[in-house]
Amino acid sequence: MSEKIWVNAEVSDGKIAEVTFELLSKANELAEALGDGTEVEVTLLGDGLESEAGRLLEWGAKTVLLADDPALKMYSPLTYAPLLTSWATARKPVIWLFAATAVGATLGPAVAGRLKTGMAAHCVDLLLDDRKKLKALVPSFGGKVIGEILCPGHLPQMASVKPGIFVKKAPLKKHTDGKIEKEDLTQWRQKLDQSGLEPVRIERRPPKGLPLNEAEVVVCGGFGVGTDKNWKLLEELAESLGGATACTRPPVDEGWTGEYCMVGTSGQSIRPKVYLGFGISGATHHICGMNEAGVVVSVNRDEDAPIFQVSDYRVVADLNVILPLLVEAIKTKSS
Amino acid sequence: MPYNSVVCVKPVPDPKHYDRVTIDPVKKTITREGIPTVVGPADKCAIEAALQLRERFGGTVAVLSMAPLNAEEILREVLAMGADEAYLLSDRAFGGADTLATSYTLFQGIRKIEAAGNFRFDFIFCGNESADGATAQVSSQLGEWLGCPHLWNVSAFEAKDDEGSFSLKTKLENGFMEWKGRPPLVLGIARDLNKPRFISVMGIMKAKKKPLTIWGRGDLNEAEDTYLGLSGSPTQAGEIFTPDMKRSGELLSGTPEEIVGRLVTILRANGVVLKA
Repeated sequence: MSEKIWVNAEVSDGKIAEVTFELLSKANELAEALGDGTEVEVTLLGDGLESEAGRLLEWGAKTVLLADDPALKMYSPLTYAPLLTSWATARKPVIWLFAATAVGATLGPAVAGRLKTGMAAHCVDLLLDDRKKLKALVPSFGGKVIGEILCPGHLPQMASVKPGIFVKKAPLKKHTDGKIEKEDLTQWRQKLDQSGLEPVRIERRPPKGLPLNEAEVVVCGGFGVGTDKNWKLLEELAESLGGATACTRPPVDEGWTGEYCMVGTSGQSIRPKVYLGFGISGATHHICGMNEAGVVVSVNRDEDAPIFQVSDYRVVADLNVILPLLVEAIKTKSS
Repeated sequence: MPYNSVVCVKPVPDPKHYDRVTIDPVKKTITREGIPTVVGPADKCAIEAALQLRERFGGTVAVLSMAPLNAEEILREVLAMGADEAYLLSDRAFGGADTLATSYTLFQGIRKIEAAGNFRFDFIFCGNESADGATAQVSSQLGEWLGCPHLWNVSAFEAKDDEGSFSLKTKLENGFMEWKGRPPLVLGIARDLNKPRFISVMGIMKAKKKPLTIWGRGDLNEAEDTYLGLSGSPTQAGEIFTPDMKRSGELLSGTPEEIVGRLVTILRANGVVLKA
C-alpha cells in the first residue's frame, strides 16, 4: 500500500491560505523523494469550503479529506483536534505538515499530543534522511543555531512551517483522478461539547498598504529609526518604491507600527527581491526572517552592526541624513 | 470567586546574549558560557496575568518549572514578583525532554500539587513561547494531557461576569479571535497582554520565606517512564550547526548625495520601479 503525506490546510476568511500551497509544494517534493507511489492528501476543516477544496487537487493533492460544517466555521481545540486525530488514527499518514500560523501552531501540537507523536516546530527546511525518515531543520536561540529534529520511532512525523519559508511550485505531475472525501458529521455533532470554550467571532484588521509576503521591495526599520517622524518617512519611501514597510521588535514596542509587519522568528519570513534596512542592528531573531531576500542593503551608523555581515551593500551613515535624501531623490527621479 | 492558578516558567539563557551562543566543534553541543539565565520574557507576562487575576478575585498563584536545580534562583525571582509558592521538577530522568515529554512532566507536577492540596487548578498560564527553543508547543500539549481547553497567543483576558465566565482574545494574522470560556483553561500568554511588574525590595525579602518545593522522579509516582525525559520523547535531536548567511557587504562610500545616487542605481538595477 502506498504511503501518505498529509498537509493540514490553513483557512483564512473562507479561503485556502497561501501557506497551504507552499506546504503542498514541499509535500509533493517529499512524496517524489519517498517514491513507491506515495500520495499527498490534504485535511481541510471549515464551513462552505467545497469549491475551495477543488483548488487543492490542482496543486498536487490526490485526496482532500473535507469536514465541512457550520460548527467548524471557526477554529476551536475542542472540535478541530479530535476530528483530525480520528482521521489520522484511521488512515495513518507517515508525515503531516501544519502551517506555523496562529491556528496551526496550536492545533498541530494538540493533535501531536493526542497521537503521542513528535512535532518539529517552525521548520526552515524539511528533508529525508538516508532511511527515508523526515529530517526537520529547526532554528533555536532566535535563529543563531539550526538543529535537526528527527522522529525515528513514532508516526506521523509532524512538522510546522511558517508562511513564506517554502516557495509555491506547481506540481510536476497533475492528478486526473483526485477526489474530495466528505466526512459525515452527523454522529460527531451530537457528541460535541463546547461549553468550556466557545469561539465567538473573528475580526480582521487588514494591514496598511501592500502585504509583506507580496512585496518585491521591503523597507525595514529597527530601533535606530529613532522617531515616529522618521518612521512616517520610512513608510513614504516604501510607498514610493511600490513596496511594503517591515520592522523588528523595538518599533512595535515603541508604538511606531504594529506587530503585523514584524519580520523574524516571532514575526514573518519574507523573500523580497530587495530589502532595504534602516537602523537595524541585526539580531539573529530578525536575520532568520529576512535572509532569503534577493539583495540586502543596510544603513546603520554603527559599522560593527551584525546586519552588515548579511548585507550585499553597506551604508555606514546616519539615517537622519540618508533617509530624507533618498525619499527626495526617488521623488525627483520618478517625476 | 477566588481562582487558583499555576504558572509554568522556563529559565532560559538571556535572549540579549544569543549572539554569544556557539557550537562546540568537537562535542557538537551548544555552548552558552557566561550567558546569564533569566525568566523568559513571555513567562513574565504569564505571571503578571495570574497575579492580576488573584488581585481581583483572590485565590493563589503557584509557579512550576521543570529545570536543573540551579533554577531555584530564578524561581525566587518569580516569587519576588508576587507568586505564593514555587515547585521545581528536577531530575536527570526529566532531562532531554521534547515538548511532549516536557508537557507530560508538567502535567504530572500539576496533578501532584493538586493531590497534595485536594483541589483543582482553575487556570494554567504559560508564556506563549520560550526564548530559546521557541517551539510554542508546550501550552497546547499541556492542555491535551490535562484534558482541558487550551488557547495560545492570548492577547486579552477579562472576567465577563461574576458567574465564572471569561472573555478572551487570541491573535490571528491580521486580526484577532474572540472567545468565551470558563475554567479550567490552559492559556499561552502573548507578550502584548500586559506589562510585567517590577520586583520590589520588599518582594525580594518576602520571597526568601515563601515555600519552594523540589520534586524528583520518585516524587512523581503517578508518572509513566514511557513519556519522561529523552527516552520518552518522540522527537530526537540530530546535528546542530550555525547557518552561514554571510554576504559580500560592499561598502558604499562618499558624500551622502553620492551614496543616495548609488542606492538609486542599485534599486533600478534590481528591477525596482520608482514611482512617486
